[in-house]
Amino acid sequence: MSDAIAIGWRQFRLERKQFWRNPTAAFFGFLLPVVFLLIIGSLTPASDRDIIIPGIAGMNVMASTFNAIAMNMTFRREQGLLKRMRGTPMPTGAYLGGVFGNVAFNGTLQVAIVVFGGAAIFGLPLPYHWDELIIFTIVGIFSFTALGIAFSHVIPNFDAAPAYTNFVFLPSILLGGVFFDPATTSSAVLDDIARVLPISHFIAGMRGAIQPDGGLSHHVGDLTVLALWGLFGLYFAIRGFSWDQRRS
Amino acid sequence: MMGPVSTTPAIEVHGLRKAYGEHQAVRGIDFTVGRGEVFGLLGPNGAGKTTTVEILEGYRARDGGDVAVLGFDPQRRERALRERLGIVLQSCGFDRHLTPREMVAHWASLYPHPRDPAEVIRLVGLEDKQDDIVRGLSGGQQRRLDLALALVGDPELIFLDEPTTGFDPAARRTAWGAIRSLRDLGKTVVLTTHYLDEAQELSDRVAIIKDGRILAIGTPAELGVGTAQRVRVTWRSEDGELHEREVDDPTQLVHDLTAEALARGEPVRDLTVVRPSLEDVYLELTADQQEETVGV
Repeated sequence: MSDAIAIGWRQFRLERKQFWRNPTAAFFGFLLPVVFLLIIGSLTPASDRDIIIPGIAGMNVMASTFNAIAMNMTFRREQGLLKRMRGTPMPTGAYLGGVFGNVAFNGTLQVAIVVFGGAAIFGLPLPYHWDELIIFTIVGIFSFTALGIAFSHVIPNFDAAPAYTNFVFLPSILLGGVFFDPATTSSAVLDDIARVLPISHFIAGMRGAIQPDGGLSHHVGDLTVLALWGLFGLYFAIRGFSWDQRRS
Repeated sequence: MMGPVSTTPAIEVHGLRKAYGEHQAVRGIDFTVGRGEVFGLLGPNGAGKTTTVEILEGYRARDGGDVAVLGFDPQRRERALRERLGIVLQSCGFDRHLTPREMVAHWASLYPHPRDPAEVIRLVGLEDKQDDIVRGLSGGQQRRLDLALALVGDPELIFLDEPTTGFDPAARRTAWGAIRSLRDLGKTVVLTTHYLDEAQELSDRVAIIKDGRILAIGTPAELGVGTAQRVRVTWRSEDGELHEREVDDPTQLVHDLTAEALARGEPVRDLTVVRPSLEDVYLELTADQQEETVGV
C-alpha cells in the first residue's frame, strides 16, 4: 500500500512536469483562466464583483478539471498510453491517483488565484467563510473530474474532443450563472436550467464563501446536488472505463 | 536470492479460443514456449496473432482453453506476473513532453529488480537522445524507447508485437542484435511479425498462424527452412524457357545441366540453386489452406 502511494506520488510529479512543458495544457489550464479573471474583473463594475468573480472561479475550475481531464483521457486512450501503463506492474489506483492529483492541483490553484487575485487586484474581501470555500473546492474538483472522465467515454476520438468538451462547457458557463446571478434573472427557463447544472451549485458555494451573509449552512442543498453529480460521474467513469481505444 | 531455475515451460496454451461477436479470432490453438526460447508467431494481418499475444499479456479475457504464463493465469492480472513481463505493443504513444531518461527511470521504479536505466538506454542506442523531449524523436527512436521501457524491469519473458515495423534496414539490424542479446541473457521472447526473414533470423521455433489456427509449428529446420531436404533449382533452357524443379539432392540435376551446357559450349543461363526460405514454406502453407477452404 505504501508502495502504491509512493508510485502514485512519482506519477503525480511526472504529470506536473508534463503540464508545464506542454504549452497547450499550460495555456488552457493556467494562463487563459488568469487572463479571463483580469479581463472580466476589469470590465465588471465594482458593485457586482462579489457576484461575478466567484463565477469566474467556477468557470476556471471547470476548465482546468472537467475540460482538461476529458481531453487528456481521450488522448491517452487513443494514443495507447493507458494500455501501456496497464502492461506494467503499476497499481491502477496509483496511476489514476497521480493523474487526478495533477488535475486537482490545477483546480485548487485556480480557486487560490481567483480568491487572492480578486482581493489584491479588484479589492474584493477575502472569504468570510473559509470552511465553505474549502469544502466546495474539494467537492467541486472531485465532481468535475469524475464527470470529465465519464464524459471522455462518450468522445469518439481526440480530434473530436475540443468540440465535444466545449459543447458542454460553453453552455454551462453561460447558463450556469458565471456572468450573472441566476436568482436575479427574469427568465424562468434559464433559472430552471441553472438549477440543474453542477457549475451553478459550485458557484453558489463560492459566492457564499465571500459574502458575509453566506456560510456553509446556507448552501447544504448546493453541496448535496454537486456531490450527487460527482457520484453520478464516478459511477459512469468507472463503468465505462476502457484502457484501449478498440471497442470489442 | 533467486530461486532455482524453473523447468516448467514459460508459456503453455491449450485449446485457446477467442471470438469478437460472430468473428472467431482464435479457434482452438495449442503451443508451448520453453524457457529461454525465442518463439515467433508468424501470419498475415488478421490471423489472430495479436489477439493471442494480448491474451497472454493479460489485456484480454479468453473465451475458452487453458493458458499459463510463467505459471500464472494472465487473465487474473496479478502484479507478481506483471513484474516479470516486458511488453512492446504494436503501436503505442508516449507522454510526449518527457525525456527518454525520465521515462526509463520512472519505469524502472515500478519494478522490484530493475536494470540500470543508463545501461538500458545504451543498449537500445538512445544515449544521444536521452535528454530530448520524446515528441522530437523519430519513429524509429520512439520504437527503441518502447524496447527500453519493456527491458528496464529486467523481465523474464518479453513480448514483442511487430517490433521492427517501419524500421529502416540499419535500425532493423540494431533491433535484431538487441533481441539476440536477450536470448543470450536467457530471456524468453515471444515475437509476432509478418516479416518472414525476421522470424527466420531470430526464432528458435516458429508457429505459422492463419484464420485463428496454427498451420505449422516447429524449428525453421523442421519446417523445411534452410535444410537440404528440399532444394529448388531454376534455369533457362536453350529455347529461353524458364524451368523450375524441386529436388532432395541437386547434385545430379546440376551436373546434368552443366554437362549439357558444356557440351554445347554455352553457359547455363539464369541458374539458381536455393534452399527454401520460411517465405516459401509460409506461402505454400497459406496457399494450401486457401485451396482447402475453396474446396469445402
